[in-house]
Amino acid sequence: MALLEIQQLSKEYLMGQQLLRALDNVTLSIEQSDYVAITGTSGSGKSTMLNILGCLDRPTAGKYVLNNKDVSLLNPDELADIRNHEIGFIFQSFNLLPRATALDNVMQPLIYRGMRRAERKRVATEALEHVGLGSRMDHLPNQLSGGQRQRVAIARALVTNPSILLADEPTGNLDSHTTIEIMKLFDELHAQKQTIIIVTHEPEIANHCHRIVRLADGQIADDHRTRELR
Amino acid sequence: MLLFDFTESLGAALRSIRAHGLRSFLTTLGIIIGVAAVIAMVSIIQGFSYMINQQFEGLGTNSVNVQSFTTRENRLQGRIARITPEDVELLSRRVEGIASISPIMYPTAGMNQVRFGSEVTNTQVTGSTYSYQDVGLLYMKFGRFISEADSTTRRRVAIIGEDVREDLSLPENPVGQFIKIGEEWVRIIGLTEPRGQIFGQSQDNFVILPFNTMRTLVGNQNRPDIFVQIALSEVGTIESVTERITTLLRNAHGLDSTDEDDFQVQTSEQLTDTFNTIINSVTLVMSGIVGISLLVGGIGIMNIMLVSVTERTKEIGICKAIGAKRHQILLQFLFEALLLCLLGGLVGLVIGYGIGVLVASVIPDFPGAVVPLWAVFLAFGFSAMVGLVFGIMPAAKAANLDPIDALRYE
Repeated sequence: MALLEIQQLSKEYLMGQQLLRALDNVTLSIEQSDYVAITGTSGSGKSTMLNILGCLDRPTAGKYVLNNKDVSLLNPDELADIRNHEIGFIFQSFNLLPRATALDNVMQPLIYRGMRRAERKRVATEALEHVGLGSRMDHLPNQLSGGQRQRVAIARALVTNPSILLADEPTGNLDSHTTIEIMKLFDELHAQKQTIIIVTHEPEIANHCHRIVRLADGQIADDHRTRELR
Repeated sequence: MLLFDFTESLGAALRSIRAHGLRSFLTTLGIIIGVAAVIAMVSIIQGFSYMINQQFEGLGTNSVNVQSFTTRENRLQGRIARITPEDVELLSRRVEGIASISPIMYPTAGMNQVRFGSEVTNTQVTGSTYSYQDVGLLYMKFGRFISEADSTTRRRVAIIGEDVREDLSLPENPVGQFIKIGEEWVRIIGLTEPRGQIFGQSQDNFVILPFNTMRTLVGNQNRPDIFVQIALSEVGTIESVTERITTLLRNAHGLDSTDEDDFQVQTSEQLTDTFNTIINSVTLVMSGIVGISLLVGGIGIMNIMLVSVTERTKEIGICKAIGAKRHQILLQFLFEALLLCLLGGLVGLVIGYGIGVLVASVIPDFPGAVVPLWAVFLAFGFSAMVGLVFGIMPAAKAANLDPIDALRYE
């Protein structure tokens, strides 16, 4: 049984007078512990795909089953629950809360699941230490470098023990040196059986992954595996 | 779980208010001013009310006043109503349950000038009987008060207040001295203890003559108007006595059933009621003004909260992306508005109380500023309501933001 499965999924936008089809009848399934890159040119529909996979957006047509649950039928609050429990988001622009410290940022998703403060602090500290930021927990995002900010974001994504880690151009705002470090972190996470989906347009990033799905004009143009699923 | 959301949202709201200290203060200024106005107003009105009620208490709760009353129509026709000495006589003989009856007569023109030697002063000359001592709460410093005999035998004697003694340069103990009132000489038989001032008005500037002496001095040509104070011998008979007085006076004045009363029978309760009616309408008008200021304050809060939601759209998007539910976002913003209002209410309470204390210290004889508990609850209740009513809209706006749109907002 696949971890997530989308069937005949379509997403349409109304751009002024014009109907834009960002995803056109896409069917895809991703297994537990896979390491997948979704690539494509800008406008190919990869970001739309990621938003739907992350339950931030809803498809116009088709079905999305995550962990045996039909997500396309859920209401906004149930989707919020799915995002909190099943999904860890990593964004290109980090998207940290600017007025909260690194620790508070990592603790934030735990608030929404009703975890007590002491417990939150313990779990968040662990997650920050895991990404190598144990010494900078009291810093505000603007006191951290880009790579450190992305590490905080990764810790925030991991702290909830999500089924999938979704990363949208995670190294897009980073220099090449930091990019290597962050990708090393992703590789390590994959080695620990974390399911990871990375949206990127850079082949070097995609080559870290074990399966590459290329989108073009809202459809899957190519889907191949570079390494066998363990 | 809900309690957990409450405390977490409260914490988030507090942090947000602290993060924008100056803005939070300016936002809540409308509420501060509104609540300060309520509290200051209430404490001042309460003080006045207490002060006036204290004064009425001197009249006793068991007394009835009778005075003439001329309708506007009759005044235009030159028919001026009067309570005559005969009326007083009638009431004292025919009304049951009277402990004492004190006719009080104010003189016609020319009789307010009092001389002693070369000194001249103007004062309030009153004619009354022995029972006036209790009514006016007068205590003697030297000599005695008017007796019943003084009045019946029309003795030419007088009681004076401290101011009159001073103005006329009378000796410390003026008993036995003669003063000239109008054209008549009277002997001083008593000096009252000084009573000080009320509303800056001296309470010691008066001369009291025996009632019948006063009648003689005024003369028969001038028909005096008499103010009558009646003390009842039993509590709870005010209504029946009032009725009896009305019937007697209507007969005596020859009024038929279509005529209006040409006199008024007032109980001290009525006086207090009249006063309270005035106070209440003043309070009502002021409350209206204060209500409007709180409304404006509330709109100010809504305005800033809407700006704050727009400003933090991206943050809201982030929170939603990592799993915040609608009610969690709603609570945070609602609490922020509510806390702003309550903090404003608290500051307003302190400022309003301060104003009350200040006013109390400026006005002489004013009792200390009293802020009743109901006013405190009202002020807080209203602030909380303003926070809820005007906070719900921005909070709902924040809660219903679409996560994607919010995340993309720059």
